Amino acid sequence: MGLSSPDRRVPEASEASEGAPTPNGIREHLPTGRRLDRAEGRHLLTDAPLLEVGARAAEARFARHPEKVVTFVIDSNPNYTNVCVTDCQFCAFYRKPGDREAWTLTVDEVLAKVESAATKGATTVLLQGGHNPALPLDYYLTLVRETRTRFPQVTPHFFTASEIHTMAQVAGLPFTDILDRLWDAGQRTIPGGGAEVLSTRVRTRIAPKKGGPESWLEVHREAHRRGFKSTATMMYGHVETVDDLLDHFDAIRELQDMFGGFTAFVPWSFKPGNTLLEKWIKQYKGPNMYLRVLAAARLYLDNFPHVQASWFSEGKATGQIALHFGADDWGGTLFEENVHKAAEYVNTISVDEIVTLIREAGFTPAQRTTEYEILRTY
Amino acid sequence: MRFSDSRLEPIWDRVRAGERLSREDGLTLFQSDDLLGVGRMADHVKSRREGDRVYFVINRHITPTNVCVLSCAFCGFARKPGEAGAYEHTIEDMVAMVRDETREVHIVGGHHPDWPFEYYERMIQAIHAAHPEVQIKALTAAEVDYFWRRWKIEPKDALTRLKAAGLRSMPGGGAEIFSPRLAKLLKYTGKADPERWCEIHGIAHALGIKTNATMLYGHVETLAERVDHLLRLREQQDASGGFVTFIPLAYQTAATKLVARQTPPADSLKTIAASRLLLDNFPHVEAYWVTLGEETTSVALHFGADDVNGTLEDERIQHLSGAQTPAGVAREQLFRMIRDAGKIPVERDALYNVINVWA
Repeated sequence: MGLSSPDRRVPEASEASEGAPTPNGIREHLPTGRRLDRAEGRHLLTDAPLLEVGARAAEARFARHPEKVVTFVIDSNPNYTNVCVTDCQFCAFYRKPGDREAWTLTVDEVLAKVESAATKGATTVLLQGGHNPALPLDYYLTLVRETRTRFPQVTPHFFTASEIHTMAQVAGLPFTDILDRLWDAGQRTIPGGGAEVLSTRVRTRIAPKKGGPESWLEVHREAHRRGFKSTATMMYGHVETVDDLLDHFDAIRELQDMFGGFTAFVPWSFKPGNTLLEKWIKQYKGPNMYLRVLAAARLYLDNFPHVQASWFSEGKATGQIALHFGADDWGGTLFEENVHKAAEYVNTISVDEIVTLIREAGFTPAQRTTEYEILRTY
Repeated sequence: MRFSDSRLEPIWDRVRAGERLSREDGLTLFQSDDLLGVGRMADHVKSRREGDRVYFVINRHITPTNVCVLSCAFCGFARKPGEAGAYEHTIEDMVAMVRDETREVHIVGGHHPDWPFEYYERMIQAIHAAHPEVQIKALTAAEVDYFWRRWKIEPKDALTRLKAAGLRSMPGGGAEIFSPRLAKLLKYTGKADPERWCEIHGIAHALGIKTNATMLYGHVETLAERVDHLLRLREQQDASGGFVTFIPLAYQTAATKLVARQTPPADSLKTIAASRLLLDNFPHVEAYWVTLGEETTSVALHFGADDVNGTLEDERIQHLSGAQTPAGVAREQLFRMIRDAGKIPVERDALYNVINVWA
């Protein structure tokens, strides 16, 4: 499948209005059962009636997952360091090396956080941190190995693509070797953070030291080739255009055709508090754009098994509504979270509340693993 | 339009043809789990009536007193005379709460046993004299009924005098749910019953006073009780025609705990949508942002709502410093909700005259 995908032509803006939407619904020729093209994706992300996009997305969701079940994971998102040399404009969390507020945890300190999460019932620990050139490769490998040994019930869902590149640079090895070593240490899944928007223009603007889209894509591609599973995220609502979002969709859909290694797509809106990017944001992206992105993704990313409703970033009400717009997963408990907190954005939840919220929305809650196997239905 | 619930198909045919929906249709709308199907039909009706316009008003609420002879089970606000926390505003206090920039002042309070009708008349006269440009929307049908119960003043006389004093319109509160069962269960039998509530709105309409209507939902009512409530309002509107806006009020659990949690967003969205579809003779249906929260309100603008209420300025907002006016700060918040939905904010007055289109 799609290994030699033809160049994707960027359609002119005027094409988007071709075959104008009917007054009552989506453009008549929007197909079902075949892959959507870029002009159709643009229509979904811009001028298609929101609820029509949502209804089609719900159809696609139930075609793939006929049960009215919504999954969630008990997880925690600790961090091992806030030291970072990458200076992303959207980030309120990082500190430069030597900063008074910079910190790095020892292996034992990180494992204590894993233990704390495990004690609370977590099956996933999503560990990520800044790009800290002072940390040797052994630090990361030990974290994976020790987590596997000491907390067998916890899946080490560690290190995003850009952290894997940092390990490679520090160790002087190709990043593929890092993937092999992480695999040997017991790692099987990789979190999808750091994708931001997979468009050269956007990444050059907001994360110039993180590399272009390929630097994120190549890690996931090589990881999937080795049997890792991962997620794909997207952080929108800053300087991107609709074309940038479509570039992102195209890139991850194409990669998914190769190995099927993505478990889920997880979009969220940019939180501008305390970031360099804050003053450039003119248009707030609220619940309607979130629902549109989510529903469009469910339709466009036809090879993604799961789409996650992010109660954490978008709010619990929007999370509940999103379950009617094509999402089939509620995300996690996030016992610990520091990155959004640094942007003065805080939200918390308990397992009981997740179960209640999913039920209220009319669905059956089910606890899952990192790889979306169901552990318990409520 | 494709529906996941095929029971909506014949309803959609009627909606498209502009035909009135039946009680059975109403029950189907509320019972259906095709939330977006119900929403799309309501969005169609809303768009046909109003396009992308969504209304708001620069307004503030004044609650003259929380002293109330009633003991409604859903109310966390009322106090008995002399009880701790009870308050009574003077007319001077209330005049000072209004600024000329405010378009609409909304005045609703407890059923105070000792305040004579003339106190309300003087209150409205004084606010009107001090701020002649500000439209006064005051006194629910329940309060007007209480003037009869307490002081034997006929609603027609009361409303005629209040109109002369400067009253422009009436809020829609006090309707609660039109159900004798719930009136008894939730202890609001001492309040204007459904027939009396509708009668008083009819009298107001005949006097040229426009009014709103509400429904308190999300507690222990049945879906059939919601439908019957809406149909009674529709019948009254057919008879007297003076309702402007219908405002579904989501029950707030903070003070009284009739149910453990506020009804979920999907229920509020469906209630707004079903109301838009059933109330074919109501000009406007509102998503009241204070009870729904900003997220659900913003999404509700795709489910048939064409109004978000207003800025509801209070002392907190009035004391904000900075370059922007208090109304400007509050306006920005409403713009955010309206524009995120891709809609056009239209500033209105209490009677839906357009002040400004914020395109």
